[in-house]
Amino acid sequence: MNTLVQIENICKVYNPGENEVRALDHVSLQIDKGEFVAIIGQSGSGKSTLMNMLGCLDVPSSGSYLLNGEDVSFLTDDELSDIRNKEIGFIFQGFNLIANLTAFENVELPLIYRGVGKRERKELALESLDMVGLSNRIGHKPSQMSGGQQQRVAIARAIAAKPPVILADQPTGNLDSGSSKEIIKILKRLHKTGRSVILITHDNEIAAQAKRVIRIVDGKIIEDYINDKFMEE
Amino acid sequence: MRISTLLYTLKQGLKNVIRNKVFSLASMATIAACIFLFGLFYCVVANFRYMVKEAEAGVSVTVFFDEGISDEQIEEIGNLIKKRVEVDKVNYISADEAWNEFKEEYLGEYADGFENDNPLKDSASYEIYLKDVSMQSALVTYLESVDGIRQVNKSEFTADALSSLNSLVGYISGGVILILLAVALFLISNTVALGISVRKEEIGIMKLIGATDFIVRSPFIIEGMVIGLIGSAIPLLGIYLGYDKLINYIVEKFNILSTILKFLSVDIVFETLLPVGLIMGIGIGFVGSFWTVRRHLKV
Ligand SMILES: Nc1ncnc2c1ncn2[C@@H]1O[C@H](COP(=O)(O)OP(=O)(O)OP(=O)(O)O)[C@@H](O)[C@H]1O
Ligand SMILES: [Mg+2]
Repeated sequence: MNTLVQIENICKVYNPGENEVRALDHVSLQIDKGEFVAIIGQSGSGKSTLMNMLGCLDVPSSGSYLLNGEDVSFLTDDELSDIRNKEIGFIFQGFNLIANLTAFENVELPLIYRGVGKRERKELALESLDMVGLSNRIGHKPSQMSGGQQQRVAIARAIAAKPPVILADQPTGNLDSGSSKEIIKILKRLHKTGRSVILITHDNEIAAQAKRVIRIVDGKIIEDYINDKFMEE
Repeated sequence: MRISTLLYTLKQGLKNVIRNKVFSLASMATIAACIFLFGLFYCVVANFRYMVKEAEAGVSVTVFFDEGISDEQIEEIGNLIKKRVEVDKVNYISADEAWNEFKEEYLGEYADGFENDNPLKDSASYEIYLKDVSMQSALVTYLESVDGIRQVNKSEFTADALSSLNSLVGYISGGVILILLAVALFLISNTVALGISVRKEEIGIMKLIGATDFIVRSPFIIEGMVIGLIGSAIPLLGIYLGYDKLINYIVEKFNILSTILKFLSVDIVFETLLPVGLIMGIGIGFVGSFWTVRRHLKV
């Protein structure tokens, strides 16, 4: 099996009834393992909603979602947590680091949740901090780092447990162009090591860095094409 | 569940207690007050029971027989008495035994003149020991109706009064402890709720990166239990150290009553008080935090 994501006719409706919002409208989508996909769309088009579905953070109102061939709609809350922990590394626009923990401790967290022992934890955390170029910042708290550095810590946290899938929701949304380039470079490097990367953005320039681009408007996929100009890092 | 995850949870729980200092201390103090009062009342009640029991052991009812009664009749009465449920033990004291005891106790060396003439020749008796002093009046009523019994002497020991005082102390302490328990639960619940609200964002992030409900919730429950443990250990230690001093003080102050005032040793009291007190404290902590986590952490 080479299919990572198999979505059929997914709808997501917020506030069903009076002021109902149809954030996803009959979306079908297939993503294979090892792809580098950008999902692009304007603000409010339903990108984050789609990402929440893909990342098992939320369940669709209708339609089916198979992740690695498994129907996730029948899983319990804890089983979904488990999938998030083992299969998916999340990167968010707002970094989502825990403020009173150091960079190292933040990166270590998902490993703790997985029950990785202390020594191995340290090894993996240092390795992934090194991978994002922050070996010299391990003892710093988020408030003592720049936005770009914080986002790199978040990436290190996302990849520490070596999940096969990276889900990034506008990871460069709060960063200047220099830091943005840095982040995209890291994502490309992760893709090259065999991970599936799904990158959400509203920036055409950033979407152009991906191998496949999916455009979403008002909760519908209107375009899905392979990017000829894709270059490996 | 792996050991490293458990250790992490434990550490987070302890951190919560420290991070939440003021509220944690307030909760601990309330639990401490609760357990302290409980311990104190327990000591009083346990010692009361003990004293009553000791006193009861020496209490007996004595029956004397009609003049000229035959030995067979006496034996028959003895059998009747032994069949009663109230009765623990019956001793027959013959007239000679009674006389000898009397001589020894009151006449001493002057007893010789009475040598062959027992003035107590109708004083044979049964000494009846009861299982429980509260049954005394029922038995006396019965004995007075038995043929061949001339007189029933009952003990004037006021076990009834003692028993009711004992249960009064029990009710009052129960009431006070219940109120303190409610206050302690309320405070622990607030402490944990505060911790949860301060860390709402952090908890959200934890869930995002794959923390299970167990990992999210258990630090708060451990926090409650640690507060309960410390809150109960302190007053128990205090009572343990202060117990002998207090007893000595009471004995000195009321040494007229030294025959009645018999106290349990601190070790015997703590055989029950220690586990019960600790379980109460930890239990309050567990219930308070569990309940709050269930309400505030619908993740
Ligand atoms: N919890 C919610 N309750 C109600 N409506 C919601 C909720 N979350 C999202 N929506 C609505 O669903 C639609 C899609 O939202 P979504 O967050 O997916 O947009 P987005 O593409 O991620 O936008 P942005 O680029 O600004 O992040 C929007 O109209 C939004 O208002
Ligand atoms: Mg969004």
